[in-house]
Amino acid sequence: MNERAAGNARASDGAAAALTDEDRIDLLRTMIMIREFEEQVQRSYLEGLVHGTTHLCNGQEAVCAGVAKALRDDDYVSYTYRGHGQCLARGMDLEAAFAELFGRATGACGGLGGSMHLTDIDHGLIGAFGIVGAGLPVAVGAGLSAQLAGRKQVSVCFFGDGAVNIGAFHEALNIAQVWRLPVIFVCENNLYGEFSHILHTTPYEDLVIRAASYAMRTELVDGNDVLAVYAAAAGAVARARDNGGPAFLECKTYRHRGHSRTDPAKYRAPAEVEAWLKRDPLSLYRAELCAAGLISESDADRFTIEARSAVKAAADRAAAAPWPSLKQDFMAKTFV
Amino acid sequence: MTANEKMAAAELKPLQMAIQEITYREAIVAALREEMRRDPKTLIMGEDIGASGGPFKTCQGLYEEFGASRVRDTPIAETGFVGAALGLALTGYRPIVEIMFADFLGVCFDQIANSIAKHRFMSGGRVKTPIVIRALGGAGLRFGAQHSQTAESWLLSVPGLKIICPSNPEQAYLMLKAAIRDDNPVLVLEHKALLSTKGAAPIGLDDVAMPTGPRVLRPGRHATIVASLAMVGKALAAADRLALEGIEAEVIDVQVLRPLNVSPISDSVRRTNILVTVEEQAPTGGWSSDVVADVVSQAFDFLDAPPARITLPDHPLPYSPHLEDSFIPSPERIAATVKSLL
Ligand SMILES: Cc1ncc(C[n+]2csc(CCOP(=O)(O)OP(=O)(O)O)c2C)c(N)n1
Ligand SMILES: [Mg+2]
Repeated sequence: MNERAAGNARASDGAAAALTDEDRIDLLRTMIMIREFEEQVQRSYLEGLVHGTTHLCNGQEAVCAGVAKALRDDDYVSYTYRGHGQCLARGMDLEAAFAELFGRATGACGGLGGSMHLTDIDHGLIGAFGIVGAGLPVAVGAGLSAQLAGRKQVSVCFFGDGAVNIGAFHEALNIAQVWRLPVIFVCENNLYGEFSHILHTTPYEDLVIRAASYAMRTELVDGNDVLAVYAAAAGAVARARDNGGPAFLECKTYRHRGHSRTDPAKYRAPAEVEAWLKRDPLSLYRAELCAAGLISESDADRFTIEARSAVKAAADRAAAAPWPSLKQDFMAKTFV
Repeated sequence: MTANEKMAAAELKPLQMAIQEITYREAIVAALREEMRRDPKTLIMGEDIGASGGPFKTCQGLYEEFGASRVRDTPIAETGFVGAALGLALTGYRPIVEIMFADFLGVCFDQIANSIAKHRFMSGGRVKTPIVIRALGGAGLRFGAQHSQTAESWLLSVPGLKIICPSNPEQAYLMLKAAIRDDNPVLVLEHKALLSTKGAAPIGLDDVAMPTGPRVLRPGRHATIVASLAMVGKALAAADRLALEGIEAEVIDVQVLRPLNVSPISDSVRRTNILVTVEEQAPTGGWSSDVVADVVSQAFDFLDAPPARITLPDHPLPYSPHLEDSFIPSPERIAATVKSLL
């Protein structure tokens, strides 16, 4: 299913070879943390702590973890309602993340944003956009900011396959290309937009085709191979820092769960789901590190247990936090 | 030193204030130039605003002074560059964008109403969004239905935005400067038909602040006329006519549509007991509905007659000259409406 993407970045780019053993283990731990966070979100929802809806990224952890590894602390990142992974990969505090999902005053956005709008400017997390495609022009602005400031920062923009059909996508890619902005467009092509298969809404499966029409540098990446994602991102980021202009990375991936809380994802063929579960990015990478002798199975188990207890402890603390009060917490900071 | 060089040297001392008789267009340019000199984090983006100075010449000379990186010609992509303004604002810049015709706000409505207006709120106040969106609107130039709206009503109901409507060069200058310094998104609705009108403005004044409510432009004790943008001039002309008959109309420029502060208008009505509003918008959902509703709530007992709203007819603007003219409220109509209520 990923023939076109398989081995692409890894073979063509030596960037991943430069990662230290520590970096490689760190990547695994980030992915484990994101997975455990999402699982805890699900549990907390069942406990009545998370409200409304959530869009979990289980199965797509390699994309946000791999890209984040290629970034500096002062780079900018924008993402969508499916953005918990990006936030954690950039270092958002676990408790602040849970408290936000729980609608508490101690949340990353004081409880005013929620799961779909996690923002943390101190970690370069400039915003989560709930309107499909809306984040792309904003990422272009952050890219222009980076270009003007001249500190070789980049702006990375995550979005789904569904976003390529909306006008904002086209305007953003065009501007980024004609102004040669340091923007990395990362398309997480998980084959579905809500309940629709990509071929139901888009005339082809490989979205690099679309970006190429803006004369943009593109790369098709196996989004379930964290080292391939890292290599592709590192290459694109290095070029962008060097005034080489924007890039479009299409990461082929798959969400393990439904689109959002209420979606059992019955529209996907069991064989398709099964095939993708076999390519779970977390299991693949864990096995790879074990096979390479970097870690043992019991190390990996320990990482998981540690992550699980860290998210549990953070969720427990968040659950004890106070509710926000519009008057005190908010009105003082923003105008009405 | 040649005369030109002397002028240029004088121009470079922004803090030297002088009352100058200038046009609305020149007032916009002066405000942009002074604020761009004052803060290197400001920049302006729009279509054909660079070397050509803007389709309405509201950016004349900026490109020459500040260069292509701060005075940026954009592709025809309002969603793209208005969205980019948010990205700039979130990362430390103070972007200004020019929307060539206010009608085109419809093209980037999502970025304004869903992203720009809400981002500061959704972050719990942890980001700032200093963005100025200047849009040139207004009827009277025979531009037809898609190039003539003031677009005042469109974004009136969006929390998170400030909306200002300068009606003369002084306001165009002072309010735009204040808008550029504001940490919140400000929509500046400018009127095409006012661009060449002249008035005195305190050019070089550095001590500017966003007005917190409407402004009384002409005092009077017999009736209150509230208007915005080009309708302010019509209301002042109506007051001139009424004065010939011994009727003293107070003319109030609403000037800040959001947040709308009706209390000063209610105060006026408590003195005049008559309220007429004049708006260059279709009747449904305009600011004057809010003004009338609030005045009725706040000063019901002081009203001697039902308030009257003068608006455009409930249609798109027509092209044909005498039809367009018949749509736009005239001083005669305003004066007659006031008299009918006395
Ligand atoms: C402009 C807009 N239209 C529709 C929606 C409703 N909606 C939310 S997510 C979604 C699917 C998006 O799919 P994709 O871009 O592939 O991202 P994914 O959810 O797969 O991560 C839709 C249609 C929306 N949020 N915004
Ligand atoms: Mg998708």
